[in-house]
Amino acid sequence: MALNKVYDSIDEAVADIPDGATIMIGGFGHAIDKPQNLIQALRKQRARNLTIISNSAGGAGPLGIGSLGGKPFIDEEILVENGQVKKVICSVPASLVMSKPNAFERLYAAGQIELEYVPQGTLAERIRAGGAGLGAFYTPTGVGTDIEQNKEKRVINGKEMLLEFALKADYALIKAYRADAMGNLVYRGIMRAFNAIMAQAAEIAVVEVDELVEVGQIDPETIITPGIFIDRIVPISKEAAT
Amino acid sequence: MKAHLDRETIALRAAREFFDGAVVNLGGGIPSLASNFVPEGRTVIFHTENGALGFGHVARSEREENPYIMNASGMPVTPLPGMCFFHHADSFAMIRGGHIDITLLGALQVSEKGDLANWMSPRRKVGIIGGAMDLAFGCNRVIVAMEHTTPKGEFKILKECTYPLTAPNCVDMIITDLAVIKVAKEGLILKEVAPDWTVEEIQAVTEPKLIVAEDLKEIEL
Repeated sequence: MALNKVYDSIDEAVADIPDGATIMIGGFGHAIDKPQNLIQALRKQRARNLTIISNSAGGAGPLGIGSLGGKPFIDEEILVENGQVKKVICSVPASLVMSKPNAFERLYAAGQIELEYVPQGTLAERIRAGGAGLGAFYTPTGVGTDIEQNKEKRVINGKEMLLEFALKADYALIKAYRADAMGNLVYRGIMRAFNAIMAQAAEIAVVEVDELVEVGQIDPETIITPGIFIDRIVPISKEAAT
Repeated sequence: MKAHLDRETIALRAAREFFDGAVVNLGGGIPSLASNFVPEGRTVIFHTENGALGFGHVARSEREENPYIMNASGMPVTPLPGMCFFHHADSFAMIRGGHIDITLLGALQVSEKGDLANWMSPRRKVGIIGGAMDLAFGCNRVIVAMEHTTPKGEFKILKECTYPLTAPNCVDMIITDLAVIKVAKEGLILKEVAPDWTVEEIQAVTEPKLIVAEDLKEIEL
């Protein structure tokens, strides 16, 4: 863990991501929860054969509701369509609008990309478990469905459950609202989503923030992600922010 | 041709199931409309899996929109006193941990045993699980709000689902544009019918044999 975690250049913050890396990408699927600038920098950097762990394969939104819901934003899809992704581990691989298939669906139909379906809650818990140093856990979700294939089943307290393994990544690219130079993070509204748990589950956690403040300026009672989880911080100026 | 309830009216009927103090998660489509129809005098705490609890109605104008308060259907919703935010692991701890009273979900198919299929249409090569599996397994009460048949008139309420299951044996109630049906051990109980529709007409668009409730009535709105 370097003492100076602040990167002025977004490109430098992702420069060492190698081909074949496993990368968690935070957010849920809204403009304000995605690390849009880091995703864009990773596309420019052109690392290939990536395994992406995320809620969606991108291109699920905008959902087109209201002037906010309908506004386009950058997500995982720009990596998928650029041929950088070998495999996606997610709960929402396809576009929510059947008539507008996303890049993942097109590549998947052509046999050019792999998919591991994970129910969203199982995905969140596998990531949490990875960050918490656990190996696996049992969950009732998926029993009696296609998801149970090849999974160990066990009855716990009279209920059938599936064994699900923890997930870790080489890098996590996440979004937060405010950071201090130690990496202590505060989010805003629905921004926490997968960001706050992915921060804990990667070898190198890279966060883009709207605001960087001096150490000591964030009330310790309000810190959501303690700074030791964060390795690199990139403040995004309002002008540059997408 | 007889009138079907429109999507808003299905959502309105579904919202009548929200008891005072209920914690409710709404799925996409028809269910997402139900937050606008909470019966007067009842307080409902809405949960959205992307990390918010206790928000209000869907924004009705651009002035009400806030990009930091959106539901899982991509709709801006309005803040209420007591609202809170959390991350995904906590969000699904609420769902799997039995802390959500009711989930209202859409469906492609429902079986007479209450099996739910809503993540994979065979017309598509890729399905969308999202939060639906955890919701169907974890919430105390699962209510389906959907159109009674496909646009082509095929059964959606079936003896057995033919599409991949989201969860077996989980649905408690089905609310459609034609009927309200309770899923019980003995089978599907027809509780309410849309105005001008007869039991026979509803049976004709439902594959399993319906049990007619003793207190069968017209859908109350």
